[in-house]
Amino acid sequence: MSGWETVIGLEVHCELATATKLFCGCPNGFGAEPNTHVCPVCLGLPGSLPVLNQRAVEFALRVGEALHCDIAPESIFHRKNYFYPDMPKNYQISQYDEPVCGNGWLAVGERRIGVERAHLEEDTGKSSHVGGGGGRIHGADHSLVDYNRAGVPLLEIVSKPDLRSPEEARAYVAELRSVLEAIGVSDVKMEEGSLRVDANISLRPTGSETLGTRTEIKNMNSLRSLVRALEYEAGRQAEVLEAGEAVIQETRHWAEEAGRTHSLRSKEESHDYRYFPEPDLVPLMPSAEWRERVRAAMPELPAARRARLIEAWGISEVDAGVLVSTAGLADYAEAAVAAATGDGPGGGDGAGRAVTNWVTGDLLAYLNERGAAPASLPLSPAGLAELVRLVADGTLSRPLAKEVLGAALAGEGGGSPAAIVADRGLAQVSDEGQLAGVVRAVLDTHPAEVERYRSGEDKDRKKLRGFFMGKVMAEMKGRGNPQVLNRLLDETLSGPSSS
Amino acid sequence: MSELTGRSAAELAAMVRSGDVSAVEVTDAHLERIAALDGDVRSFLCLGPEPAREAAARVDAARARGEALGPLAGVPVAVKDMFCTVDLPTTCGSRILDGWRPPYDATVVSRLRAAGAIVIGKTNLDEFAMGSSTENSGFFPTANPWDLGRVPGGSSGGSAAAVAARFAPLALGTDTGGSIRQPAALCGVVGLRPTYGRVSRYGIVAYASSLDQAGPFATTVADTALLLEAMWGHDPRDSTSIPSAPEPLLASLENGVAGLRIGVVEELTDVDGIQPDVRAAVDSARALLEKAGAEVDTVSVPSVEYGLSAYYIIAPAEASSNLARYDGVRYGLRVPAPEVEAMNASTREAGFGAEVKRRIMLGTYALSAGYYDAYYGQAQRVRTLIIRDFARAYERFDALLAPTSPTTAFELGARTSDPLAMYLSDVCTIPTNLTGACAVSVPAGLDAAGLPIGVQVLAPALGEAVLLRAARCLEAGFNFTARPPLGRPEVAA
Repeated sequence: MSGWETVIGLEVHCELATATKLFCGCPNGFGAEPNTHVCPVCLGLPGSLPVLNQRAVEFALRVGEALHCDIAPESIFHRKNYFYPDMPKNYQISQYDEPVCGNGWLAVGERRIGVERAHLEEDTGKSSHVGGGGGRIHGADHSLVDYNRAGVPLLEIVSKPDLRSPEEARAYVAELRSVLEAIGVSDVKMEEGSLRVDANISLRPTGSETLGTRTEIKNMNSLRSLVRALEYEAGRQAEVLEAGEAVIQETRHWAEEAGRTHSLRSKEESHDYRYFPEPDLVPLMPSAEWRERVRAAMPELPAARRARLIEAWGISEVDAGVLVSTAGLADYAEAAVAAATGDGPGGGDGAGRAVTNWVTGDLLAYLNERGAAPASLPLSPAGLAELVRLVADGTLSRPLAKEVLGAALAGEGGGSPAAIVADRGLAQVSDEGQLAGVVRAVLDTHPAEVERYRSGEDKDRKKLRGFFMGKVMAEMKGRGNPQVLNRLLDETLSGPSSS
Repeated sequence: MSELTGRSAAELAAMVRSGDVSAVEVTDAHLERIAALDGDVRSFLCLGPEPAREAAARVDAARARGEALGPLAGVPVAVKDMFCTVDLPTTCGSRILDGWRPPYDATVVSRLRAAGAIVIGKTNLDEFAMGSSTENSGFFPTANPWDLGRVPGGSSGGSAAAVAARFAPLALGTDTGGSIRQPAALCGVVGLRPTYGRVSRYGIVAYASSLDQAGPFATTVADTALLLEAMWGHDPRDSTSIPSAPEPLLASLENGVAGLRIGVVEELTDVDGIQPDVRAAVDSARALLEKAGAEVDTVSVPSVEYGLSAYYIIAPAEASSNLARYDGVRYGLRVPAPEVEAMNASTREAGFGAEVKRRIMLGTYALSAGYYDAYYGQAQRVRTLIIRDFARAYERFDALLAPTSPTTAFELGARTSDPLAMYLSDVCTIPTNLTGACAVSVPAGLDAAGLPIGVQVLAPALGEAVLLRAARCLEAGFNFTARPPLGRPEVAA
């Protein structure tokens, strides 16, 4: 692979989360009974006509703002003509050479990745092929088509060939996904197909300015498979080139299980889509006022949010990245910090860092295990705030706090960590008199160890120090305030022998 | 002829409103006339006697309850089979849609029903409105009521023939390149193509979307206005529908043409192959308008001679895409085959007629990579040129005058083997479609063979009121009272 530079451009199809479809009033929703979200328009019945969903346009304008695009004062729709049973009209209404958004960028790490364009188009229906063909159309006994998805609005976001590694491609999609989620235009679920990524990849000798022959990779259903597919394909192309052969420009299919790409060799390669302007729609000309309203209502973007949280809470870039890139997680954390500090998004007193530790640690693990969203957590942000306060004021040790959190997530205490602490009698003991008595008692029952500690080497001393602490904590059932205990142990061990 | 057929829509509506006659009686009288005479004309693809009588009974019941009746209450309307109707099949004259029943009414049909009109049946047409003689119907040709050996024109030949034969006082057509005006001229009735966007296209099966526009057929200019007023106006389901409210037509119908500046289009009047009778009728029309106080002069619109060529790129290009949906997957004909592509192909092979296939191939070619700019792109530039030329003409004139068709009705079969000769039937009408403006064809007498002649008034976009004032003046001047000899013993013999 050395000596080659990888050049990648991505086409991201994003299903817009509008209430209705792009050109009719049918509901835009996932998982309904087949062919129940249909009408003459999205079925392409003779005589039906499309009417553009203004909400979808507004979402496109938001994306344009977020990606620093030029918004076309006038853009038009084209018809992309080809026959396929899941496409009711046998043409797709899409934007072609005059898209609504053009020429933008997205910052990924230190680099600005160019965005060529973002355009609106309608989705197709979904075919399923029954019997014989192993799920493929050829050889199937019969095929069924569900047109619920036909006419669902898509925004296709096309990057410039600015990405230089599979890892950077992954980072671009992750950042784009955060942006789309933050501006509320899509569910951005790659697994459910609401975010679909196709990749164009080519190699060129390091230092070269001209682009090599590219292949287009399809069927990557997660960020992980995107990276795997691109790594595989870069390696394959390098082998081809190093063997002195030429890369063939073609579409290749990523086979997840096999871990390789293979040529589709479909007729699609030779398709002539015969694009021409859609005569049933008028040009899309968003007014300056509309664009201004969209601009004014733009929410905070992930990059700005990360910077703000790093600054306000003193957390690491990595943690800020985790919070912001996981849907709903930063919202949860900010609500918890606000509850903990009793004001806005402060958290400078350590609450921000404490909340972040819990959220990116135990809570995220809990969510990942269940594939759940933060909004579904059994512990509310206010509950987490309570836990953070209990630790901060010394009521709970960190290990016990972990136990309380586990109990809260299991539904104990009605979501109140304080209630769990009370129920389980877990409140930390900081009373010096009580703790000093326990320390004394433990040391008294282990005179030999105390003696060894006092005369021993550093290595031994350290071990024995831990041993005493463990015994004391066991006596206290874990509720002893470790700071106080540490101090008392030190004082007692360095004081006069008791025996 | 019963005393109820042969009356104007305005008269019938007034009689129903006043209670002189019931809507059911009006409907039955027309159904009887159709039953008696349409066997020769074959203007209807299907009739709806039951839904028609039910609709008529509802009008009568509404009147009995003292409710206000719509402007077309009880008036039978024949509907070209390009409009979706929930109660009657919609075939577009194509085998590929044989028996298809739409789940919805076209906006225009809904509006007519709301105005009290009775949809009496669906009329024959050239398949998917592609043709100028109705001989391209996938089912059977329609005859011209004036001479059963001749064509009624097309593509809305069934609607024009039905109105000429007094099977219905009103009919709906669509006009993509002249498909209302040319058959109106050949059948001796009034036919109007409105400004693009004035009449909703929702529920009208698309042929060439940027050119298609529905319009009325009637025996009088006043009825034409009456029907158009019931049809038109903004429809949110059609993105190309014009939002502004149209101006009333009937109110200004008798305002005359005094002071109107009218230009006679040289290129259309002296078009190749124009029949001398037709040329003479344009001169007569000019004289009538001048006599009524209009200032008439000749005008040149040089680019119209490219209209036909541009049309036969743009319309087939759009058609090739619009007709892609007839693939046997969801509705209509399916010819089974082992693979889906083969099923698509065999269905389309069996379901479409020769002219439809010809235009799909023409259009597919014109849009192909490498040819797009030379054909489709060039045709669009020509279209722009024609729009500019007309705009220039309308700087000097309020309306224009031209023949509707270069000839009167030709014999059945005369042009079927020569597509270009057939295409030339529309040379005078096509420019209006390319510019998106409006035009009307008015009867201007009979030729030496006793066949109707039509002359055409053209106006700029949204110029329907001026158009109808001029048409009304010509109607009064020509005083065209002749009727087809249909059903008279001497013709039947």
